[in-house]
Amino acid sequence: MTTSVGTSMRRKEDPRMITGRARYTEDINLPGMLHAVVVRSPEAHAAITSIDTSAARERDGVIAVLTGEDMASDFAGPLPMVWAPPGVEIKTPEHWPLKRGQVKHVGDPVAVVVATTRHAAVDAAEDVIVDYEPRPAVVDPEAALEAGSPLVWEEFGTNKIHEWAIGGGDVDAGMAEAEVTVEHRFVNHRTSGAPIEPRCSIAEQRGDKLTLYSTTQIPHIARFVFSGMLGIPEDQLRVIAPDVGGGFGAKLQTYAEEALVLALAKRLGRPVKWVETRTEHMTTSHHGRDQVNYVTLGAKRDGTLTALKVRIIADLGAYQHLLTPFIPELGFPVMGGCYRIPNIDLHFTGVFTNKMATDAVRGAGRPEATYWIELTMDRLADDLGMDRLELRRKNFIPKEEFPFETALGIVYDSGDYHGSLDRLLEHFDLDEFRAEQARLRGEGVLRGVGFSTYVEVCGLAPSRAVGPQGVGLQAAFWESANVRVTPTGSAIVYTGTSPHGQGLDTSFAQIAGDILGIDPQNVDVHHGDTDQGTWGWDTYGSRSLAVGGEAIVRAAQRVQDKAKRICAALLEAAPEDIELSGGKYQVRGSPDRSMTMAEISGAAHIPPNELPADIEPGLEESAFYDPENFVFPFGAHACVVEVDAETGKVQVVRYLAVDDCGPAINPMLIDGQIHGGIVHAIGQALYEQVVYDEGGQLVTGTFVDYALPTAAEVPPFETDRTETPSPVNTLGVKGIGEAGTIAATPAVAAAVLDALRPLGVTELDMPMTPMRVWQAIQAAGNGGRPSAAPRDTEQSRSLDEQGKGSAGSGPAVPPEGGAA
Amino acid sequence: MSTTVHVDLTVNGERREADVEARLLLVHWLRDELGLTGTHVGCDTTNCGACTVHMNGEAVKSCTLLTAQADAAEITTIEGLSAGDGLHPLQTAFMDKHGLQCGFCTPGMIMAAADLLARNPNPSDEEIRHGLEGNLCRCTGYHNIVEAVKAAVGEVVSA
Amino acid sequence: MITAPFDYEAPESVEEAVRMLHENGEDAKLLAGGHSLLPLMKVRLAAPTVLVDLRKIPGLHGIQQDNGGWRIGPMTRHAELENATELGVVARAASEIADQQVRNRGTIGGSLAHGDPASDLPTVLLALEGSVRARGPNGERTIAAAELFRDYLTTALAHDEVITDVRLPALEGYGFGYQKFTRRAEDWAMVGVCALVSRAPDGTCDDVRVGLTHMGATPLRATAAEDALRGSGLDDAAIAGAAEHAADGTDPPGDLNATPDYKRHLARVLTRRALDEAVSV
Repeated sequence: MTTSVGTSMRRKEDPRMITGRARYTEDINLPGMLHAVVVRSPEAHAAITSIDTSAARERDGVIAVLTGEDMASDFAGPLPMVWAPPGVEIKTPEHWPLKRGQVKHVGDPVAVVVATTRHAAVDAAEDVIVDYEPRPAVVDPEAALEAGSPLVWEEFGTNKIHEWAIGGGDVDAGMAEAEVTVEHRFVNHRTSGAPIEPRCSIAEQRGDKLTLYSTTQIPHIARFVFSGMLGIPEDQLRVIAPDVGGGFGAKLQTYAEEALVLALAKRLGRPVKWVETRTEHMTTSHHGRDQVNYVTLGAKRDGTLTALKVRIIADLGAYQHLLTPFIPELGFPVMGGCYRIPNIDLHFTGVFTNKMATDAVRGAGRPEATYWIELTMDRLADDLGMDRLELRRKNFIPKEEFPFETALGIVYDSGDYHGSLDRLLEHFDLDEFRAEQARLRGEGVLRGVGFSTYVEVCGLAPSRAVGPQGVGLQAAFWESANVRVTPTGSAIVYTGTSPHGQGLDTSFAQIAGDILGIDPQNVDVHHGDTDQGTWGWDTYGSRSLAVGGEAIVRAAQRVQDKAKRICAALLEAAPEDIELSGGKYQVRGSPDRSMTMAEISGAAHIPPNELPADIEPGLEESAFYDPENFVFPFGAHACVVEVDAETGKVQVVRYLAVDDCGPAINPMLIDGQIHGGIVHAIGQALYEQVVYDEGGQLVTGTFVDYALPTAAEVPPFETDRTETPSPVNTLGVKGIGEAGTIAATPAVAAAVLDALRPLGVTELDMPMTPMRVWQAIQAAGNGGRPSAAPRDTEQSRSLDEQGKGSAGSGPAVPPEGGAA
Repeated sequence: MSTTVHVDLTVNGERREADVEARLLLVHWLRDELGLTGTHVGCDTTNCGACTVHMNGEAVKSCTLLTAQADAAEITTIEGLSAGDGLHPLQTAFMDKHGLQCGFCTPGMIMAAADLLARNPNPSDEEIRHGLEGNLCRCTGYHNIVEAVKAAVGEVVSA
Repeated sequence: MITAPFDYEAPESVEEAVRMLHENGEDAKLLAGGHSLLPLMKVRLAAPTVLVDLRKIPGLHGIQQDNGGWRIGPMTRHAELENATELGVVARAASEIADQQVRNRGTIGGSLAHGDPASDLPTVLLALEGSVRARGPNGERTIAAAELFRDYLTTALAHDEVITDVRLPALEGYGFGYQKFTRRAEDWAMVGVCALVSRAPDGTCDDVRVGLTHMGATPLRATAAEDALRGSGLDDAAIAGAAEHAADGTDPPGDLNATPDYKRHLARVLTRRALDEAVSV
């Protein structure tokens, strides 16, 4: 048997998925099951003056119609937010599954209808009459910080949620040393995770045991949270994440509807199912991004960076969900990018608005950071009259200096930033491109190229750095595994991670199979069930392989060690003389004296008398692993776009990615993660935006308006890898689930700006929609001032039909009152 | 006049008769009554294509179709795409080319791709991409889906 | 996303359908492919109490040559139009509607009766100066395209009238173009332009028709652009000059993706491109 790690093994998940035999949460129907539909606020901010449920209750099939008042005693506590940074106050309103008194954003749940069929529940929900007394809403985070702004929460007397800062070196000195500084205001607009599978939750009570089936990335954390909310011991709650149809962070949450179905199943004694509509997803599954970034970067005339100062204003919406205020900060370890910057000062301000909460969406804090770092580097290069890539090369941390401690005290584990950029340019001839670009310009075609050289931080863990005594998350982030060999030599791997498309059934089987000497086809990976296998901390932050994978390595290694001891005892050799070779355990130097894992496991389970009594029966081991550091994937991406200058439409015509996530376990899966990540980022850069109007009404409530790219919008991708092992874990691996999304946004944006440069356009907010590009062209053609056609995108100060978001980007100084 | 409709149709080669509520969408009937849960609902607005099935041999979005409208029709779902025990060439190709990750859009994507290849047995890359514009995928970035469809070209014709 | 309850009928003749519509008043709606109506019903923006499905009625389907023109059954689906290249611009525009699955279900009659200004086929009918035949309780009548589209989602069809035929002139010798601008391939038109051009023997423009999609509450004709081009040369400059008038007098609705100004700009650009396409066909 050859080793499987490093090969593109076909996925073990696929046979059920391509035949329609996968089991997603909505596919589950339980006997006697009831259906819940949530009645939601149509108002952005209002007092609830009355709720009349009488008509709804009288409808056929309706079992219950319950308001927040009715369910007040169903919950021992509110939905949690788990970031408590030492010494920092975070204003955290109580967040109950159903609201009493006031609603704070469109979609805020006010009542729940339970009926025997979903049709009946939907009909009855229409009959719940809620009277609201509207209050002024605020949707722009910077306006929300101004004196006299409507307050989302009167009781706090301010919309400012928190401030958090971190720095290193002496940023004032670094700025004084700078000969050139660039200042810029960037907007990272609001987006949606938008997995194609909407959320769904089903709860069932049998005896004293509650079971929750849910579309979640975090079954273990969900049990932890909901057992507390329901006031029941953890042993009475089981959480199962069946096949999950994509997460992208949107399912890294403990949602009100999960708490509701649990409480309803308990209360009504029958299973209860809730299925999210897409409009509910757009309205009340948490959003991502939504930051304004004021960036100042200083450098010497020769391009040497001296200091970075960033003020981040984060629109966190109306409530604190699980990780809401932490997400902007999550990117801080890599806010200096791939570059040696001796002095860094970062400051974060969280703001309440009458919008859905933001929280983790693929990349979570890091795509925002990469966007402004990379575009600021471009601006600096332009100001210095330096080649953009040359400026990067000059400031890249050289590979000899890893592990490298940044000014922020973060230790980058390993890297070869020059190497990935060099590799990228092997595939992309920049000189040839520039010549073609010039030729095409002559023909009226605008092409542009953008580069992104990125580093990201993932492998969440280490608990010491991230936990209560570190940055203050009230959790730990180790991972666990249990590896069991069955009597006939198959293996079962239990992991505490909980995948939703990543292919861990396959890559984890490859890892365990190689160590055990078992064909990965006979290694079954189990996850997503709190009552099976080990405790874990689930899947997010590109952690599954770097943390969960390493736990499997350790557990499998222990099984291998025991197998060797059994083999040694039966072959009358010393354990240290047993080696695993070609799928057999054999005596070193005597390949004829060997046993297969099936034979060894048979002996472990039905022990022959020859087996010494000090070897316990069975063949199963567990391991818990908490890494000493994060891991830092990196790479270099290039995007080529073509802009139709007449209409403003941007087409991505070529995309190249060189990524380094350490040694590949399964190259096919890595490419897949990169492809998807890139399109997520293309979506953010060109197509997708969650838009609220000035009154707080959601404009983009469906996939008609929230424009996920289709196959017709994106090009094929050219991918390559370098492999720089991480010293942090024995596999040398780094995460790859978010890298594409973190890397690609600035590459796309820079490409559009490059294409538009001949027209004098230097400013453009994402998403770079046709109208926005056209408006920028018009403005530039008019000396940079607004033309007869006003720049009425939703990110500018003046707007009409667009709805209001954060104000537009441009050279600016942070408002002292707000961010500083 | 009635809110209930009698339907008599063929699903995956099997004749089915039922009295259904007039407003019952085909996707809900397939999933909840027939247990054919390979057909998914992703968007409600005829955008995502996760609910794609074949009606009389053509791809349709079963979330925008009343069960009543499918009366007398031949419906094929992902569960019935392959006639025998084996896999349809597109199913094999999606697996070989890693054309799926979370798998949720996959049945609809495969059903749409089958319609595409039936119309155009030898499509260009661009024709594949446009042919699948009614199906959203958030995981794969479409690259390997296009590769899978290309790999199935020729196989489907001979299948 | 579940519609409100309704009664469902599938009559087997147009007369029966008309009677059902008539008897049930404004709350009864016709169902063809359902791809305009069902999405509205699912979000409960429409809640008819009776749906009258046309699927069992014979004779409402197909494409026939008729009197030097075309007669298209209202239940003919976009996918069939798309493949009927002999229909010229109709096939061209149909191929751009939404996506394959939608084209496999959506019908020309449904699209015309729905009267959505963002839909492609109403514009094409208007530019072709086609008509529909409609049958109601008082018999059958012909409604010219120019009379059909009255306001946003409002047509001249009475609630109890059924389109029985779509009539299109063949417009022999006309070149055609359809330019549709969308953010994504599957989207509704942000703006669309249908252009039809015939040349006089001397190469000048004998006749020109320009229809605009999503530039107002109904599909529109760009008459100023037509007037500017008719009788003039068909060189680039003449076409570009005429296209500059494409948005004259329009007051398009702004939305998330396009302000009125931007739409007027798009109309000018797309008109030039559609005319270019038409003269090059």
